[in-house]
Amino acid sequence: MSEATGNTANCVLLAHGGGGERTAQLLREHILPPVDNEKLRHLPDGAVLPWGSSDLVFTTDSYVVTPIEFPGGDIGNLAVAGTVNDLAVMGAEPVAISLGLILEEGLPFDVLDRVMASIAGTAKTAGVQVVTGDTKVIERRRGRTDGSAPPDGLFINTAGIGRLIPEAKLGITSIEVGDAVVVNGTLAEHGLAIMSVRSGLEFESPLRSDVAPLNGLIRTILQSGIQVRFMRDATRGGVAGVLSDIAETRGLSVDIEEASVPVSPTARHAAEMLGLDPLAMANEGKVVCVVAAGDAPRLLEIMRGHPLGRHAACIGSMTAAEPPLVELITRAGGRRIVQRPYGEDVPRIC
Amino acid sequence: MSRTIDELRADLTARCARIDRTIKIMEVCGTHTVSIFRSGLRSMLPENLRLISGPGCPVCVTAQRHIDAAIELATHENLILATYGDMMRVPGKLGSLEGLRAGGADIRVVNSTQTAVDLAKSNPTRPVVFLAVGFETTTPATAAAVIAAEREGVENFSVLMCHKLVVPAMLALLQAGDVPLDGFLCPGHVSVIIGAAAYKPVVEQHKKACVVAGFEATQMMQGLTHLVAQVDEGRADLENVYKAVVNDAGNTVAQELMDKVFVPADTPWRALGTIPMSGLELAPAYSRFDAVGRFGLTFGEDEDNPACRCGEVIQGKTEPADCSLFDNGCTPLTPIGPCMVSTEGTCAAWYKYHRVRPSTTGVTA
Repeated sequence: MSEATGNTANCVLLAHGGGGERTAQLLREHILPPVDNEKLRHLPDGAVLPWGSSDLVFTTDSYVVTPIEFPGGDIGNLAVAGTVNDLAVMGAEPVAISLGLILEEGLPFDVLDRVMASIAGTAKTAGVQVVTGDTKVIERRRGRTDGSAPPDGLFINTAGIGRLIPEAKLGITSIEVGDAVVVNGTLAEHGLAIMSVRSGLEFESPLRSDVAPLNGLIRTILQSGIQVRFMRDATRGGVAGVLSDIAETRGLSVDIEEASVPVSPTARHAAEMLGLDPLAMANEGKVVCVVAAGDAPRLLEIMRGHPLGRHAACIGSMTAAEPPLVELITRAGGRRIVQRPYGEDVPRIC
Repeated sequence: MSRTIDELRADLTARCARIDRTIKIMEVCGTHTVSIFRSGLRSMLPENLRLISGPGCPVCVTAQRHIDAAIELATHENLILATYGDMMRVPGKLGSLEGLRAGGADIRVVNSTQTAVDLAKSNPTRPVVFLAVGFETTTPATAAAVIAAEREGVENFSVLMCHKLVVPAMLALLQAGDVPLDGFLCPGHVSVIIGAAAYKPVVEQHKKACVVAGFEATQMMQGLTHLVAQVDEGRADLENVYKAVVNDAGNTVAQELMDKVFVPADTPWRALGTIPMSGLELAPAYSRFDAVGRFGLTFGEDEDNPACRCGEVIQGKTEPADCSLFDNGCTPLTPIGPCMVSTEGTCAAWYKYHRVRPSTTGVTA
């Protein structure tokens, strides 16, 4: 090995991809400045593009999950649901997606076939078509020839376009003090399912990823007449990341009641074992909605009537406390600050 | 009938009100530090009860020279370094393992020692070194890995021994004599292995209260209530309020495993210096699995940033906010001292749960 130093300042680290503070820094310092423009500046899940008399929403996302197949889904479900959800939380009805595949030599065809079947199945569920795509093959990478790890050689990029639903009037700036924060179900399951496979941990009842396209649920909510102020899917960085963004951008605080945060007993146990915070773990089928407090009961009723919202809960509310922070009122009755995670989630060592 | 957290809190508050001075309790273990912050417990304690975070975060107390040795190993041609994830970002003299991995070194994050042995088995032509850190909670697993490697003839496996022992560190702190403490909240998981009786020297030689407690908010509150009761009543006893999990003798199977594979040795601690018999090295029968001998490693001296006060933080002499680097160059993104690196580190826990709105935690720093 040449230039063997551990200097962390001058190259990309794995932690830069963790979705936390490190990722924000990477974007701020290296990615955004050369391509800066008005639409990109606020880093929404997608861009709204006026198109004739209506508005189109355009988004893209890449998927590099290890392992490719995990309890509850695979990289194919994830690639379709992730892009569909990015469109849906912008208030758009997904219309079409693209599929860019990067395959590593040696990838078994049966794995590829299963992933393609997932892509087809999830697209059908979401009501979108894969209308264009691209396939590239790369050389087998170093360090994976020893059989010590499953084949990791499949990456996907999807882009999606959707039509803005006319009823949707979403925007972080419309959030007010007193508004309620609602999630559509139990948290942390995707992140913990992946983490437990990687750690070789098994739990009494299996932890499954919550990956699912949310456009059906979100369409129902938006067409119900409830004035949703803001929505975001709580993927990398979890609910902590979404709420930190809200607090920072809107300049208001968020109080979360730990006792109201839905976490399944298995996920809670797994998070404790791994020393991880469920609020900071990734979800792939959960949306955070901010609505006027008076609308919260009706929103919960609508969510709970949908298969993807049975465990919906109001977890907290917006406050005017200064400085703007996310705070957790703990089960024990104490308070603590919730921050965006910094980078890679690592299980603790003791 | 066990008491609820509110009943315990009321008892604790009443006792603290009777005691006309600041009571100083050290939570020895990093997991307690994080659990206390995570549960918001600090915000529920009386003002004259001060919790001090002790030297119980394995990442924080790993000497810089051990990190440097790991970095040197990871640059060996063909070598695979297996490590727990927390160690990736700890800064050594020349950077961190995280930076080395980005530069192409083969460093694998593992969550069990068995995975490290398996790596060695599936890469028979490549040396695999496991960076063995942690207190008695992780030590038996290292012992088991060495035994497995011997039994199965996995001769390309070795360990870089950085393990530490909890009780010698507590005794060394007390012998230094400049940390006025009333007692220790002793860690539940270490005590499962070493047994509650292991803290007897602390109580008998130094007249400091010791209470073994679990990690849930109610269990920690119970531990603190028992400690404050001892202060209130002028006692210094050894108590175990985690009896469902911890017994007096500990896990004798794990202890035998450790005794078979390791022998006590002097070891350097980050910022505490070398503490006699506070670490472990491989027993003669297993010394061929020692990475130090196998790769001819030599240890230099530690060169910590002179402004970094991690050493005082883990001795309870300083709180993170008193360090001039805290949130001023030293953050979880750019850790200078080890206490900022680990999720269990005192500085990282302060930064994450306590930094911005101090009133939230009710701490009078």
